[in-house]
Amino acid sequence: MIIKNKTIVADDWTVLRLNEQESAENVTVAEGKVIVPLQVWLQQRDALQQRAEIGVWLASAERPEDLKGDIHKFSVIAVDFPKFSDGRGYSIAYNLRARLGYAGELRAIGDVLRDQLFYMQRVGFDAFATRPDRNIEDALKGLTDFSEVYQTSFDQKLPLFRRVQRKGNPVVDMANE
Amino acid sequence: MYRYDEYDQQIVDERVKQYRDQVQRRLSGELTEEEFLPLRLQNGLYMQIHAYMLRIAVPYGLISSKQMRMFAHIARKYDRGYGHFTTRQNIQFNWLKLEDTPDILADLASVEMHAIQTSGNCVRNITSDEFAGVAQDEVVDPRPYAEILRQWSTFHPEFAYLPRKFKIAISGGKEDRAAVYAHDIGLSVTKNAQGEIGFRVLVGGGLGRTPIIGSEICEFVPWQHILTYVESILRIYNQYGRRDNKYKARIKILVKALGIDEFKRQVEADWADLKDGPGTLTSEEVNRVATFFTDPAYEKLTDHDSQLNEFKADSRSFSNWMLRNVKAHRVPGYAIVVLSLKKPGSVPGDATAEQMEVIADLADRYSLGELRITHKQNLVLADVRQKDLIRLWQEATAQELTAPNIGLLTDIISCPGAEFCTLANARSIPLAQLIAERFEDWDFQHDIGEISLNISGCVNACGQHHIGNIGITGVEKKDHDEWYQVSLGGAEGNLSSIGKIIGPSFTFNQVPEVIDRLLQVYLRERLEAESFIDTVRRIGHAPFKEHVYTTDFAVAEEETADKHVVAPARYSVPYFSPRF
Ligand code: HEM
Ligand code: SF4
Repeated sequence: MIIKNKTIVADDWTVLRLNEQESAENVTVAEGKVIVPLQVWLQQRDALQQRAEIGVWLASAERPEDLKGDIHKFSVIAVDFPKFSDGRGYSIAYNLRARLGYAGELRAIGDVLRDQLFYMQRVGFDAFATRPDRNIEDALKGLTDFSEVYQTSFDQKLPLFRRVQRKGNPVVDMANE
Repeated sequence: MYRYDEYDQQIVDERVKQYRDQVQRRLSGELTEEEFLPLRLQNGLYMQIHAYMLRIAVPYGLISSKQMRMFAHIARKYDRGYGHFTTRQNIQFNWLKLEDTPDILADLASVEMHAIQTSGNCVRNITSDEFAGVAQDEVVDPRPYAEILRQWSTFHPEFAYLPRKFKIAISGGKEDRAAVYAHDIGLSVTKNAQGEIGFRVLVGGGLGRTPIIGSEICEFVPWQHILTYVESILRIYNQYGRRDNKYKARIKILVKALGIDEFKRQVEADWADLKDGPGTLTSEEVNRVATFFTDPAYEKLTDHDSQLNEFKADSRSFSNWMLRNVKAHRVPGYAIVVLSLKKPGSVPGDATAEQMEVIADLADRYSLGELRITHKQNLVLADVRQKDLIRLWQEATAQELTAPNIGLLTDIISCPGAEFCTLANARSIPLAQLIAERFEDWDFQHDIGEISLNISGCVNACGQHHIGNIGITGVEKKDHDEWYQVSLGGAEGNLSSIGKIIGPSFTFNQVPEVIDRLLQVYLRERLEAESFIDTVRRIGHAPFKEHVYTTDFAVAEEETADKHVVAPARYSVPYFSPRF
């Protein structure tokens, strides 16, 4: 199960993670819906792009620009959070959405927990494979921790000060009238 | 001063709710300590030796009397009756229970305060000039921009898990009073030749293990673009800052590794995409926020009250206080008063609940109900009528808040040190007390004049020892005794510099004697009206070193039965420090 577009849904994608013996060139990518590591995509691009559906995932140290010409080929792009304190994935997501124009499913995988989800959805994630040892219903609540935000990000193109009429100092405003 | 509107209040209230739930999940075991750690840190909650410590944000150091009374309430109800003001213009409470912290945050939210991002690897509380708005040398009031940056950085979704903490300071005077050179980003708001407002942006300053003075990344960023420019700096740092070694994770290391030119190129490439976009500041927003910082209705007064001069002639303590603790105000007939939290013998930066209440009353009666916290751990009443100075002095003296030592030898910055901090190599507070008591004589201190003495219990530099004219650091040695390194020549302000270590380290009891020797050299060598740091700059380190190390130290180290047991200075709770 994953969270997608704010609801819990079944998931039929498999994430391929290479073990030590496997290399990006030689690993066999199983049939069906597979999210492959960026390196596998780059090495086996010709074969993989023949498939009807393919996904790719980026490690936190990898660059989203490496997918530049290929963005439209994926049904899903995932970004891995090796641990929740590694915040590079937030900028990767922002860049994929805002700079590279990726419009498909953007999924957070790895150490993904309830208390990060609010931030993750703001930078452009719309799917979350939360950690399997945790209650996913509970994690869903993380998406609604705040009902208002100050700054722009991918989800909110205008900062608060351009969206609403905010009050100045009532004392001064009165004096000016 | 800024007041929350319904949006600000809602965000802070929702934070309290979110945090209460996180604490609940921690207490029920649903969250492991490892998972809870970054969550509590983003909310200023540390685990110290004895208890939890909560750091509460005082944005750019500005606080109302009502908020100060809330601190007094928290000190009494949840703590041991006192709080500690820090060099980053915050306050810390040292003896809290985890279960109580959600209620404390709810109390704080009721007076428009919070602890959001006061620690953790995120953008921290933004600090500024403690004399903003009233200083004579002010070019542009930094407070509206500080508030705008506070809002922008609050819960910024992309920059909550940076490689390391991130500190921004902003100043607007000709003289820098916000240590902008020692911050990850230092902003000086200024005007160009056409009179337009903009920011000189410094990046990559910082203290800690690798002290570095910030480099200029842009001479003038027009005010409209400051949020997007800062955003691009943070995006580059978030992606490329080192995460493999926490001692090399600050932005200063990245800037050094790339070089400022390449770093600037990357930042500006990112920024090209944001510039003039929706994140650009509007004059409506700046004007709206600025309405909270307009001049109060100052009375038409004149300087030089004759009563003041008479009283000065009568009272040495008062005239000393006038000389050191009272600063010139931009408006005639008014003065800026610094209340000292550094009475020799006291803990630098500590205030009791009772003192906080008296301070709040003083602010109400004499300074339009507002206060500021300084980066030297003192408090400021920014708008005092000169004709009230005598009464204010008398009332504040009764609370031991008028030590005439602002900018003098006993205005010591000190970190909490071994009594509270698990990272410490040595005690800081007792050393600050020992030094202050030795040099308590006011005539001597006034004769020495302007000088800064900063103490850190370890290399992390919370006491900012690198930018003290004299800096003291606790260092670790094999025998696990307390040793201190002494450095010379550090400075903050427009001529910021990092001090250099003078030589082998000293024992606790030797340090006051070392300082005495440094001062003797200064007294011997100084030219007329030359400050300590100017003498150091003119004659160099050699004469100081020579005088410190040529004669042996006569002081005996007292042998305690068990030197591993150190009783915290004033709190009578013995404990075993893991580092001794
Ligand atoms: C006792 C709890 C505290 C702990 C565990 C702690 C820990 C640390 C650490 C590890 C650093 C180094 C960070 C780095 O170099 O990346 C640091 C820096 C600093 N801390 Fe603290 N600190 C504590 C209390 C304080 C207090 C009470 C103050 C203010 C009085 C303070 C102010 C600072 C400052 C100004 C720096 C230097 C910032 C810089 O490196 O640019 N800290 N702290
Ligand atoms: S300087 Fe070291 S001893 Fe002092 S508070 Fe910071 S980490 Fe602790």
